[in-house]
Amino acid sequence: MSESVRIEGVHKSFGELEVLRGVDLTVEQHEVICLIGASGSGKSTLLRCIDLLEPIDAGRILIDGIDITARGTDQDAVRRRIGIVFQSFNLFPHMTVLRNVALAPVKVLKQPWDRAADRSRELLERFGLADKAEEYPDRLSGGQQQRVAIVRALAMDPNVLLLDEITSALDPELVAEVLDVIRELAAQGMTMVIATHEMAFARDVANRVCFLDGGTILEEGPPDRIFSEPTNERTRRFLDRIIAAGRM
Amino acid sequence: MSGGGGSPDIYFAKGGPEDPRTPPGGGSRSPRILGGDRSARNVWIAVASTILFFGVLAVVVVRSPGWPEIKQQFFNGQEFAVSFPLILRKFTRNIFIFCVAEVLVLTLALVLAVLRSLPGPVFTPLRIFSATYTDLFRGVPTILVIVMLGFGAPALNLQGVPTSSFFWAIIALTLVYSAYVAEVYRAGIQSVHPSQVAAARSLGFSRWQSMRYVVLPQAIRRVIPPLLNDFIGLQKDSALVYVLGVVESLNQATIIQAGDFNFTPYVALSVIYIAITIPQARFVDRMVARDQRRRQAGATL
Repeated sequence: MSESVRIEGVHKSFGELEVLRGVDLTVEQHEVICLIGASGSGKSTLLRCIDLLEPIDAGRILIDGIDITARGTDQDAVRRRIGIVFQSFNLFPHMTVLRNVALAPVKVLKQPWDRAADRSRELLERFGLADKAEEYPDRLSGGQQQRVAIVRALAMDPNVLLLDEITSALDPELVAEVLDVIRELAAQGMTMVIATHEMAFARDVANRVCFLDGGTILEEGPPDRIFSEPTNERTRRFLDRIIAAGRM
Repeated sequence: MSGGGGSPDIYFAKGGPEDPRTPPGGGSRSPRILGGDRSARNVWIAVASTILFFGVLAVVVVRSPGWPEIKQQFFNGQEFAVSFPLILRKFTRNIFIFCVAEVLVLTLALVLAVLRSLPGPVFTPLRIFSATYTDLFRGVPTILVIVMLGFGAPALNLQGVPTSSFFWAIIALTLVYSAYVAEVYRAGIQSVHPSQVAAARSLGFSRWQSMRYVVLPQAIRRVIPPLLNDFIGLQKDSALVYVLGVVESLNQATIIQAGDFNFTPYVALSVIYIAITIPQARFVDRMVARDQRRRQAGATL
């Protein structure tokens, strides 16, 4: 296996608030990493930094061996190869589902519209959204919207997919349909970094789980070990709270 | 509706079960002119109070001591019939002025708004330029800009630049109204949530592509009503170019007024202005409603 993402000593502050205090993480190709941790532990910020949506203050990030945080990097080109799906879907409300999915392939990758549309329809069909192609996002349920957002990211053929608490804004009965999509992608070998509060899902789908606390990765390892015998005291307390809340 | 002929059905036809978007007991969010609850009793109350109100107003005006004189001076039927077609013909010049100005304003204002919305320290001079422009042209009364440009610019004798006051009148209106419309655009741009830009950038769109395909289409849709508001202002202010001696509708009205010692031509011109602005307002209402329906009809079901 070769390396997909390598994060070295990444620091990030928003004003006085230091959100990431030296994060190191390596993601192999076809690996699924789940980031767990309390709200504010830096999971989302880390994902946004990997996609260069936030500039980092120190450290570096390599994708396929290339330093994307180096000066003079074509950031648009980097983002093209990294897909991200947000908690709040962020679909474009003024265009149909099909255009949402096909727009970036057409405008960014310069594919002809017909080809991009055909491929977008294929992807939509694969994720059970074929009949929604001509709808506007506002007419879809939350689960459908999030699946469209995933398809939109996939349409760019990303090398790695970042998922930022993608089920947190969904009604409980809609969570499963979105997680099933992620399971399928994992089975197909998609490299993914997933920030999530769904511990059962993390345990099920992840190759490795990383526990973030106070802006660093306190503990990482295979899900079975992290969830059943965490070595770090804080990981244990975090998981106890999750269990007490009935979320695992 | 199959001609219910006075049956109370017609009052309930709108907002009935076939229109699930209409909340019970009301039309849109804001109160409608004719009131929301159209039961027979309420309609009668509305009709009676309206007749009473305007009746009293009419009686007060008509019975005032100066009314016969005012009627002769401002509401002279014969004068109206003679002046109206003449003024209407010159009004085509106003239409030309504001149509050309509107196209120019839409473009220039968009450029100004986009310049002002550019992020990053590199673009500071452009942001300052845009902000200063807006401050200047919003601050100076329109008529002063028209006078200064209309009389000043031709005197520069610039090579290849037209010297007609007609040309400079259009430029002056464009400059002033671009400042207003740029602010409208900017408000629209700022109303688009940053997460939309993040989503666009994450797909590999450049800054400019995000603006072009994601931010602006949403921003412009949202500002169409205030945009029309400014356009109606521009249309009315096209009358200000009369100070340059451009023979348009207001000058025509003044010429007739001076010849006949009668103010009815001004009333005739007012009628023309009202006649062009009201349909525009209704058109935009309809456009906004249609857009909202198309995007959200399914969501409320």
